[in-house]
Amino acid sequence: MGILFEDGNFGLFRDGFLQTVELSAVSAVLALLLGTLLAAFRVSPVPVLRVFATTWVGVFRNTPLTLLFFAVTFGLPRVDVHLSAFVCAVLALGCYTASFVCEVLRSGVNTVPLGQAEAARSLGLTFGQTLTQIVLPQAGRAVLGPMSSIFIALPRNSAIAGAFNVAELYSVQQTLSERGYAIFAVFFWVALAYLFLSALVGLAFRGLERRPAVAR
Amino acid sequence: MPIRRTLAAALAVLALTATAACGKSGSPSAGTDSAVKPSGYTVKSGVALDGSATLAAAKKRGKLVIGAKADQPGLGFEDVTTNTRTGFDIEIAKMVAADLGFSDSQIEWKTIDSANRETAIAGGQIDYYVGSYSINDKRKAQVSFAGPYYLAGQDLLVRKDDTSITGPESTKGKKVCTVTGSTSVDQIKPYGADVSTFGSYSSCVDKLITKDVDAVTTDDAILKGYAAQNSGQLKVVGKPFSTEKYGIGLNKDDQVLRNAIDDALKAHEDNGDWKNAYDATLGRSGSPAPQPPALERY
Repeated sequence: MGILFEDGNFGLFRDGFLQTVELSAVSAVLALLLGTLLAAFRVSPVPVLRVFATTWVGVFRNTPLTLLFFAVTFGLPRVDVHLSAFVCAVLALGCYTASFVCEVLRSGVNTVPLGQAEAARSLGLTFGQTLTQIVLPQAGRAVLGPMSSIFIALPRNSAIAGAFNVAELYSVQQTLSERGYAIFAVFFWVALAYLFLSALVGLAFRGLERRPAVAR
Repeated sequence: MPIRRTLAAALAVLALTATAACGKSGSPSAGTDSAVKPSGYTVKSGVALDGSATLAAAKKRGKLVIGAKADQPGLGFEDVTTNTRTGFDIEIAKMVAADLGFSDSQIEWKTIDSANRETAIAGGQIDYYVGSYSINDKRKAQVSFAGPYYLAGQDLLVRKDDTSITGPESTKGKKVCTVTGSTSVDQIKPYGADVSTFGSYSSCVDKLITKDVDAVTTDDAILKGYAAQNSGQLKVVGKPFSTEKYGIGLNKDDQVLRNAIDDALKAHEDNGDWKNAYDATLGRSGSPAPQPPALERY
């Protein structure tokens, strides 16, 4: 189990770990923003936006992530769009996760009593104000549980990026295996790193849940 | 009907992906065709290797279980549509099997990933392994090696019309692609190349054809296979800058079997089977057959 501390392996492992963290964090931000926007589209009174968001969710939620990575990494260069591997990975991961965020938020919106929105509208708030200041804050609190599942899955899904030119934890595992280290020791450390990340995300959401819930 | 619209959109995206995936023209060949066919090997009968636990178990089973690669055209490739395996490594495995008394129909192939080779051999899931398996001391601690049967070296695969890359020194600042985590990464980096890594060599070859990278680097045996597969489009530079000895991996304690495999390799190198196998597989890349390396018995 001491392989992490031999022949400069620790530096490699650290770099891979940080790359996983960076990729997950950037993708999470993209997923959260895009997912919220899509959820807003899906509950909006404008039919075009509703269709757009529904189609988006239908496509991205039903496509295997590896296939999305392929489409972004090998499809885009063929239409002369050349992006860096990291950007490709963020796009694939972010768009994929956004569709899940959107659906979870939408079910949260359905938990907010209709009276809340009606009261806000009768006070003269616009649709946008009603959504961002009244409905979404309450909806978000209601779905912290399923939301945490999505963001715990994100770092683990990011391992696919290792096969698409992003040097993260999966690449570390491949490199160490190739150098002939015992496979169980390699997987032990990589699994521990992912476990650490998942625990961190889980704790963050636990903290959020402990914040005083909205008084109903 | 929102469902129908969603379906239409999804299909449109899939169609786009499909057209994007059709970058290569024509259908791929596994790097072997009827021009040069490796001949069948004479199966020896009455092979008795007392003291080899692996072979005793295989005899009892009536099948020899051989581990191989399935994703290296011309070297170790499995055509899943016809369920046949082709390539230089596959031929080597068959020759050895014939000398151990097993015909082609008595071989059970198992595809084993690079990372799982030692585990599969030590755990007895396979009797021996032939698949671009480099001999090194770290691996010798867990398994033993017969051979080497081929001397490979890290080389570069470039587009046929590219004259700017003539060897590793000329890759400075060029985009070079290889597989995630492979030792090839460490060996090309000192030359100042801009290295990108993907999950498979075929991804790299695709990037080479779409001109996203300038070269693919790994063992020349693997590159020759891709050059043979995309004949006329790609070429192997032919300036190897490392040495990889390909051996046949087997159980660490089975000295008897190791000697028998070494004997089989020697016999087939001497009677010309080795060269025929090369010409029918990797030779189709345009690189002439090298001399088989000297066996290292221990």
